[in-house]
Amino acid sequence: MSDLSDRSDEPRRLDGNAAAGVLEEIFTFEVTSAQGTCAGCGQTAPLGALLLYGGEMGIVLRCPACERVELRIARHGGQDGRYWIDMRGMTTLRVVPIIPA
Amino acid sequence: MAGIPARLAWRRAVVLRHIQETPRVTSLVLDVPGWVGHRAGQHLDVRLTAEDGYQTERSYSIASAPARDTRVTLTVERLDDGEVSPYLTDVLRAGDELEVRGPIGGWFTWRPEEGGPLVLVAGGSGIAPLMAMIRQRAAVRSPVPVCLLYSSRAYEEIIYREELDRSAAADGDLMVAYTLTRSQPPGWRGYRRHIDRAMLDAVAWAPEERPLVFVCGPTPLVESVATTCVELGYAPERVKTERFGPTGGET
Amino acid sequence: MSTPFVSRGFQGRRQRSEAAQRLPPGQYLVSGFPVLSAGPTPRTSLDRWDFTIVGEIDEPRRWTWQEFQQLPRETVTKDIHCVTKWSKLDTTWTGVSLDTLLQGVNISATKYVLAFSDGDYTTNLALADVTGGKAWIAYEYADAPLAPEHGGPARLLVPHLYFWKSAKWVRGLQLMAEDEPGFWESLGYHNRGDPWKEQRYAGD
Repeated sequence: MSDLSDRSDEPRRLDGNAAAGVLEEIFTFEVTSAQGTCAGCGQTAPLGALLLYGGEMGIVLRCPACERVELRIARHGGQDGRYWIDMRGMTTLRVVPIIPA
Repeated sequence: MAGIPARLAWRRAVVLRHIQETPRVTSLVLDVPGWVGHRAGQHLDVRLTAEDGYQTERSYSIASAPARDTRVTLTVERLDDGEVSPYLTDVLRAGDELEVRGPIGGWFTWRPEEGGPLVLVAGGSGIAPLMAMIRQRAAVRSPVPVCLLYSSRAYEEIIYREELDRSAAADGDLMVAYTLTRSQPPGWRGYRRHIDRAMLDAVAWAPEERPLVFVCGPTPLVESVATTCVELGYAPERVKTERFGPTGGET
Repeated sequence: MSTPFVSRGFQGRRQRSEAAQRLPPGQYLVSGFPVLSAGPTPRTSLDRWDFTIVGEIDEPRRWTWQEFQQLPRETVTKDIHCVTKWSKLDTTWTGVSLDTLLQGVNISATKYVLAFSDGDYTTNLALADVTGGKAWIAYEYADAPLAPEHGGPARLLVPHLYFWKSAKWVRGLQLMAEDEPGFWESLGYHNRGDPWKEQRYAGD
């Protein structure tokens, strides 16, 4: 496990806010404020606070406490392609039924 | 595509004008057909398409306050090795169309009725979504007290400086503190280092006031400030962060 | 909207090139070297680094960094193709061939390998795709030690397949009789990934 207080070597990573466009394509309700619980360490955080990796390959959201993968999404086949979603790294996702503004 | 919400459909916005904010930062005022409004803190996705069909997308925070018209302002920092930002700042001109969708996002947002006080911490172009909050607060004459701590590399690079100074002078409940990390003009009496614990302690509303804290800017700044906020005792659920950075990284 | 939208004057990072015939279908040429990662850059020091071959093997193999540097090395120049559509031509790498690493290993029961890396990344390949001069463990790029953001200290290099198969920060191979999808393969990317057949996604 890495020492997260010394992560100045990760200057490029973004967070779940940058994944909001894709998340809103899939989820009806606003999810960057939904709380996800990490299956690895039990930390609960809003998706907007998860660490974003994956670039154009897909969305990989990692726990800000232990850096394990919580949620992965890839989309295949262009604008009408299907989404593959893997949430094994998240025990629960708590979504408040707010329609995004 | 049938059935998708309107805000996720790509639309053709028209560029109304450019505002040169600083040597490397330009604001684009767009007219977005069918725009029904946004919350301060939300962003737009922007999509560019080349003649051979190649496409690429980026996200930019909306810097303008929610208003009744269809105009939306984005503030774009020109990255020298960027693929998209130089196109937006140098090639796009008034009258051109730009594909956008949004508004997007719902966690890193603030509405005046959520109250405060507010602690806003910005680095570089991370000021954009916080400026939407400050502008909205002014537009509705919200009494929520705000302190903004804004880190830039140099005086000429402080985005919206004149507007911030004017607003702060006119409103006793808006406090603005700048820190310049690389160079400072002669006679500079503000901070001259990266945001640290002592600076936050001196500038920000104390944790006992239970402020809403919004931190936006480059990842190292955001992560350092967020860690410091936890150390200083701010309620974690009242600290929200948004990391900015280049999307298409290359070496 | 009858005509598709085009952003006036937008070209992007791609280059026009006489080398277009060397590009697999749907690819664009770039001159830079895009950095893309599924997780934070691991920082394994060379005195803790090792490379192992495990799984369906009589006796696991292990090399420390010093031992790995003593193995016969090769320098190769290859074109690389990423499934996100960028291609880079004539990239030069130095490393140890997988044929060298598998020498003397009983691979009669092996049909597949799972490459595993620091940071929990994995990718699966058919044995036939990593033997016969097709794959290396590379520790130098463009005549310099491989930088961490590009997979250093060492990465797998399998240039005839899409570049997500060239696992960064590789630490070993698991030999398998049955196939098992890796990180991106289990999220819908093609199990094999041949750019010349445009095998980007499952079902292609």
